Amino acid sequence: MSATRIAPRQPPRKRDWNWRSQYVRGLAFQILALALIAFVVWFLAHNTLANMRARGIQSGFDFLLGPAGFDIGETMIRYDALDPYWKAFLVGLLNTLRVALIGIVLTTVIGALIGIGRFSRNAIVRGLCYGYVELFRNVPVLLQLLLWYLLFTEVLPATYEAWNAADLFFLSKGGVAIPAPVWGLGQSLAAAGAAIGLVFAHAYRQWARRRFEATGTALPTLLPSVAIVLAVSVGGWVIGGAPTAWNLPRQGEIMVEGGLVATPEFLAVLFGLVMYTAAFVAEVVRAGIQSVSHGQVEAASSIGLSRGQSMRLVILPQALRVIIPPMTNQYLNLTKNSSLAVAIGYPDVVSIGNTAINQTGRAVECIAIIMLVYLSTSLATSTFMGWYNKRAAIKER
Amino acid sequence: MSAVPAAAATDHIIAFDKVNKWYGDNFHVLRDIDLHVRRGERIVICGPSGSGKSTLIRCINRLEEHQQGRLVVDGTELTDDVKSIEKTRRQVGMVFQQFNLFPHLTVIENLTLSPMWVGKLPKKDADERAMQQLARVRIAEQAHKYPLQLSGGQQQRVAIARALCLTPKIMLFDEPTSALDPEMIKEVLDVMIELARGGITMLCVTHEMGFAKAVADRVIFMDQGQIVEQNTPAEFFGNPKSERTKDFLSKILGH
Amino acid sequence: MSAVFEPIAPRLAPIKTEGPVPWVRANLFGDWKSSLTTLVLIGLALLYLPPLLDWALWRAVLQPDAEACQQARGTGACWGAIVEKHRLVIFGRYPFGDQWRPLLATVLLVALLVASCTRPLWSRWLVLLWVVGLAAFFVLMAGGVFGLEEVPTDRWGGLPLTIMLATLSIALAFPLAILVALGRRSHLTAIRTVCTLYVELIRGVPLISVLFMASFMFPLFMPQGVTIDVLLRVLVGITLFAAAYMAEVIRGGLQAIPNGQVEAAQSIGLSYWQTQRKIVLPQALAMVVPGIMNNFISIFKDTSLVTIVSLYELTGATGIAFADADWRPFKIEAYLFITAIYFAFCFAMSRYSLWIERQLNRSKTR
Repeated sequence: MSATRIAPRQPPRKRDWNWRSQYVRGLAFQILALALIAFVVWFLAHNTLANMRARGIQSGFDFLLGPAGFDIGETMIRYDALDPYWKAFLVGLLNTLRVALIGIVLTTVIGALIGIGRFSRNAIVRGLCYGYVELFRNVPVLLQLLLWYLLFTEVLPATYEAWNAADLFFLSKGGVAIPAPVWGLGQSLAAAGAAIGLVFAHAYRQWARRRFEATGTALPTLLPSVAIVLAVSVGGWVIGGAPTAWNLPRQGEIMVEGGLVATPEFLAVLFGLVMYTAAFVAEVVRAGIQSVSHGQVEAASSIGLSRGQSMRLVILPQALRVIIPPMTNQYLNLTKNSSLAVAIGYPDVVSIGNTAINQTGRAVECIAIIMLVYLSTSLATSTFMGWYNKRAAIKER
Repeated sequence: MSAVPAAAATDHIIAFDKVNKWYGDNFHVLRDIDLHVRRGERIVICGPSGSGKSTLIRCINRLEEHQQGRLVVDGTELTDDVKSIEKTRRQVGMVFQQFNLFPHLTVIENLTLSPMWVGKLPKKDADERAMQQLARVRIAEQAHKYPLQLSGGQQQRVAIARALCLTPKIMLFDEPTSALDPEMIKEVLDVMIELARGGITMLCVTHEMGFAKAVADRVIFMDQGQIVEQNTPAEFFGNPKSERTKDFLSKILGH
Repeated sequence: MSAVFEPIAPRLAPIKTEGPVPWVRANLFGDWKSSLTTLVLIGLALLYLPPLLDWALWRAVLQPDAEACQQARGTGACWGAIVEKHRLVIFGRYPFGDQWRPLLATVLLVALLVASCTRPLWSRWLVLLWVVGLAAFFVLMAGGVFGLEEVPTDRWGGLPLTIMLATLSIALAFPLAILVALGRRSHLTAIRTVCTLYVELIRGVPLISVLFMASFMFPLFMPQGVTIDVLLRVLVGITLFAAAYMAEVIRGGLQAIPNGQVEAAQSIGLSYWQTQRKIVLPQALAMVVPGIMNNFISIFKDTSLVTIVSLYELTGATGIAFADADWRPFKIEAYLFITAIYFAFCFAMSRYSLWIERQLNRSKTR
């Protein structure tokens, strides 16, 4: 065998620049394609600027600093018509996030229950779950939102004679009003205490797990964790002066006043989105549970695990791996579908953008803002779920 | 496209000169390969998995690219040049371990695809040539079936016929019997032995040492990207020179 | 043990497990939890179903009489409103006397769609049929030739518009989606980047923003003096949107083709485009037919959004049909009516898609 030194690393490529080389052809094709795209972009931009000049519309994002000049129906932060446009967009963004986050939580719970219900021993439950999924999946979401909104505004009692429960909860065309604590130092400390309590509870669970692995005695984790969180939270509240002031709703002359109000627009968007998306989530959950082969259940029971244990330790971890990617998709769909709130009058970011376009004529800028908002939320959700997915993934060779 | 001097061309149909290949930056899969194959020679390449034997023969029809060294096939040097690649692929036929027949086409359509679309043959001539090759591998009666309706051995014979439809000068076999049930290996090997006796240049990566002893002119043993030993079958099996070769032979011939 | 083997004749099982009574026992009263659930659900049905049926059926008003409906408000549904307004709802603002034209045009399109779904008819003739069918559709709807009265596109509406938007956008998006899917798997970096950006951008934003872009920005993109029809704008917007999602579905199919197929094609000398056309795409597309059908169902539902940019398809047409004061209180009945229409279409399509999937799986395990 020859004794030449075997080069360990790849040498730099020598290319012969010749028209028939695969590399050169590939390069030429790409340059051509990019040039074509660049030309199209230039053409569109050129026309846009010319048209905008002709119509006297200015371009640029400076309008964001000017006063908005319109009111917004419901806001999570203080806002009035003199505030700048960027604040109006911020209000819209917060409204979108509010309905999206609450919607995601509710749809996961409802969807999971219905998905599991498809495997119930009771035929009526199975049938109802199947019927729910088929009904809510095959009707457009916009139509569902409109129906819910109509339902709330037609069927609910008038605002001057709201239906109430124990004089604390009021239901009317103006929405739902519930008592809410007046937020003071005590409540803030209680919230901080809850967060700290979660950390302690997590530490307790780690310690309990280590004891289980070392000695075999299993300590209860659920009740003590809840107890720890509650205890620290109540402690915070006591330190804050134990405030007990409540903002209670009351029946006024024309409408219900006070309390924490959820408008019919918000409720319609929330119910519509949750019911629609829950049908898809139910299918995702059902597919995930079905994907775990029956042999796993048999193997789990053959080594002595109870039904609950085999569900928790064997079935669900494997089902989760199949469920998480499509579930992420559904969360993204729910967030994107919240944009339909513009049809109902719920002031989400698309609705605010629409008003802004009508008032300033700056279509390109406003649409760009709307798209940027959704792209960022999509990216954030995908990244978070990607991280969670890696944790739940089964390691393969 | 550079031409190799006439004298060398008639001697060697395939010439590897200090050919090196890397996967990525650090995996050196072919190390200084020097190999010269004469026209009509039948070569069997063996070695442990990961030794680079499949990569070696896949370089010959440019399914893999080498980064350093010179590879000349039937007078054409293999480079980035699209025309040289096209010319080479028309001269070289390949049979894969997983058959890779096209499941949505019938057997005869699998065979006539290249002659019609690359060789620009009219359908009648392509069909005639296809039936000839199918008869050669003794499977003419299955011409209008779909590949998934045939057994593994039958599929591999169809794959051989498909490669032969190009009327190639060189036939490459990449572990053609490794994916077959034991009962079907014989029918494929019989076809390959008949082909070999017909005078075509053949390079075959295989573990079937009986085949090597029956038809090979040369047996090559590769390990870790290098050619460790090459010799006639008699010398190779009877009198292996390197320790590594002896070790390998004892493992595969022992049981 | 006796030396002679005596076979035992088969007998019926002592406890029956088949038949209606055993089924009820197993599925409705299997254990105490199941029995309790059954009883509770039956109780709820007995409590709430009769009033609902009362409102929907027994006390409903069927005549198109606004007075009678007002009197029955709260106690009976006003299906008479549908009788009165159904043509406005289904055909939008299309001229009343010519409504046979959109009807015929819709039937034509639906027939084309059903024909495209039956495998035996897949051939070159189908493409020709589509071209002729679409031409006939536009002639019928727009008029202006063959003695048909001309109807401008802003009067088109209702169900024909829904079906037309969904069908056209999917048909146009299909070739674009194939190119984008191939581009995402290309070895050429620039092509791959552009296609990936396109897909991720469109999939990250809601359809409404794409429609806004189409509605507000496309007129700005045109050279000065050139106007572009609203319908065309919206169609382009929906097509671009649909193509991104379809490209992902097709890409899934492309990924499922084993690499060996491409290698075999290369080894017999086929070029890149020959390989894609003859080997990869036929197999990949056959695999993703159920996925593409799902795309179609989604787009069909999404056409309802064009209401927001002032094209009055089925949902929008209902809104404006019930805008007048007499009939406005009965919008709910109208929406329930079009819910039934959407449900009928979408449910049928999803059933069909499931059937195709089962056929495909059956042919794989031959």
